[in-house]
Amino acid sequence: MKSLEELKAIRDKMQGQLDLRAAQEGKIRVVVGMATCGIASGARPVLNKLAEEVANKGLKDVVVTQTGCIGLCQYEPMVEVLEPGKEKVTYIKMDPEKAARVVEEHLKGGKPVAEYTLNQTNL
Amino acid sequence: MYRSQVLICGGTGCTSSGSKVLIDTLKEELKKNDLDKEIEIVVTGCHGLCEKGPIVIVQPDNIFYSNVKKEDIPLIVSEHLLKGRVVTSLVYEEMVTDNGLKPLRDTNFYKHQTRVALRNCGVINPESIDEYIGTGGYEALGKVLTEMTPDEVIQVVLDSGLRGRGGAGFPTGLKWKFASGNRGNVQKYVCCNADEGDPGAFMDRSVLEGDPHAVLEAMAIAGYAIGADQGYIYVRAEYPIAVARLEIALKQAREYGLLGKDIFGTGFNFDIELRLGSGAFVCGEETALMTSIEGNRGEPRPRPPFPAVKGLFESPTILNNVETYANIAQIILKGADWFASMGTEKSKGTKVFALGGKITNTGLVEIPMGTPLRTVIEDIGGGVPNGKKFKAVQTGGPSGGCIPAEHIDIPIDYENLASIGSIVGSGGMIVMDEDNCMVDIAKFFLEFTCDESCGKCTPCRVGTKRMLEILEKITSGKGTLEDIDKLEELAAFIKDNALCGLGQTAPNPILSTLKFFRDEYIAHVVDKKCPAGVCKDLLQYKIVADKCKGCTLCAKNCPANAITGTVKEPHVIDPDKCIKCGVCMSNCKFGAIVKE
Repeated sequence: MKSLEELKAIRDKMQGQLDLRAAQEGKIRVVVGMATCGIASGARPVLNKLAEEVANKGLKDVVVTQTGCIGLCQYEPMVEVLEPGKEKVTYIKMDPEKAARVVEEHLKGGKPVAEYTLNQTNL
Repeated sequence: MYRSQVLICGGTGCTSSGSKVLIDTLKEELKKNDLDKEIEIVVTGCHGLCEKGPIVIVQPDNIFYSNVKKEDIPLIVSEHLLKGRVVTSLVYEEMVTDNGLKPLRDTNFYKHQTRVALRNCGVINPESIDEYIGTGGYEALGKVLTEMTPDEVIQVVLDSGLRGRGGAGFPTGLKWKFASGNRGNVQKYVCCNADEGDPGAFMDRSVLEGDPHAVLEAMAIAGYAIGADQGYIYVRAEYPIAVARLEIALKQAREYGLLGKDIFGTGFNFDIELRLGSGAFVCGEETALMTSIEGNRGEPRPRPPFPAVKGLFESPTILNNVETYANIAQIILKGADWFASMGTEKSKGTKVFALGGKITNTGLVEIPMGTPLRTVIEDIGGGVPNGKKFKAVQTGGPSGGCIPAEHIDIPIDYENLASIGSIVGSGGMIVMDEDNCMVDIAKFFLEFTCDESCGKCTPCRVGTKRMLEILEKITSGKGTLEDIDKLEELAAFIKDNALCGLGQTAPNPILSTLKFFRDEYIAHVVDKKCPAGVCKDLLQYKIVADKCKGCTLCAKNCPANAITGTVKEPHVIDPDKCIKCGVCMSNCKFGAIVKE
């Protein structure tokens, strides 16, 4: 290594890995339901896709994590987006492609993907 | 790409409580559950809460599992890592509240701490230079080489107010300034004192194990500041994990060109070699350490000349402690004002302390200078266990002194501790309760210094031995009041006349216990009693006849056959046979045995 640019390139490459260990307060939390019902209907590829896309797009203020049963097993895989100061957005029947779109449009763009969300008509 | 990381402590503390097995088990379990591509295992350095080790942290959830056993791993994997359900029964109990889990940094142990020197310990994998760079590592070196003159670097360190963390507290910037003349015309050296020898202190080991690159980077910065191209780290061979990680770190830094020739293309050359010390306490003294690096027997020499003028191989040399170096890169990046904003008027920044002895949370803590001792003992340390009364804390190891309970509100910094006859020292803090005999504590440290005296100068070689003999006389009940006077006179003489720091500070444990606990010395000498019930020669075990049920348990367990009696009748201890081991007392179910 002969320049500061090379050092910075390594730093940027490592950022995603180290961000997982940084303080999580004030960040947007993306929670994937990973109980038996969720896993059975394919929550794991969704979780991995979300984590991957968030890291690839360098979204520092987003934490992708998991939880147990959210309670509406027929709508699994479910993903909740919890943003400080905003109402919770719940996505249902997710798959990896939908997850990628949520990352791009909602987490990066700030606009929830309405057609994937849970609303009154579903219930 | 990993969605989650499991941090397992690979420091000496957690390794000795079994973290290696956990790592292997976790690897197997992740594979079994097909999670090994999703979840990364990161072996880190010390988190500080060694009492609760082995420690396992799941990120990004920030869940801190304590005292984890091999059998717990399958549960953590199947519940938490697979299904996202935190295994509450294994979480560090302080995090668990009625309203769910509170963040780790709001727990008593962590909320009073500010981690500067330890910032990466327990967070990054110390065997990965990329992780260190990912936290901003080697940017400070890049900054000084490309943007700052050597004099500017020294000025920043001076302005920060950083003082030596190894014990003496000499201003680091001043030390560098003294060695900075004649750059480029003479050979100079940068040394790192990693010969951590004080009983109970382990912060340097933890920094080397948890964040070795921080030390390498700081030494290179120091090399640039004073105009040196060669560094030496003198580290104890008793720290095998630290040595191994330093070797890995050196290799990686050289491969990346962060050590070696023409660093960052600026023409600056710097490399570092390791030198292993073989465990002589005196080699932590700077002149003895350098003599040892040169390949000679580790003995101190008189100063002046100071190392900044004539040090290693008779060349100008700076020698700083591991923890001192661990602050340097942060000071360069965040500025002198940031560092100086922490601490007290004359003691800036933070200091790492190793808590040990009679304390609930044994471990490593880093606090801003000026934090009251009470916060460290009661809040961070969790107080004295088993409902016992706090008596004193011993700081600074064999060179330090005791702070008694009446001074518990003292703000910790160099000046305050010196004003009551103790020292910050390297940062060992041994907590004592009502069951500790202060004369015995003084004797313990004197045994240590007497053993470790290199023998070069008479005051230390003969003086420590004579002081120890007097202490032995007192603790065996043969002391007189004149002995106490003699002890004080001898202590003052050794303090003034010994050649190096080892001898000059060896009387401190005696002087400070005499200052605050003179009544205990008097009790040993006049009443022939040890108030804390520690000194065996002054003790007698007795059976209270009224309480004894004659269960014969004491007699069965006595290794010296000193207890006699028939079943259901009170037993008796024969004082001539009794070896005062205390086995009878700990076995008695009726509290019928007392020592007095």
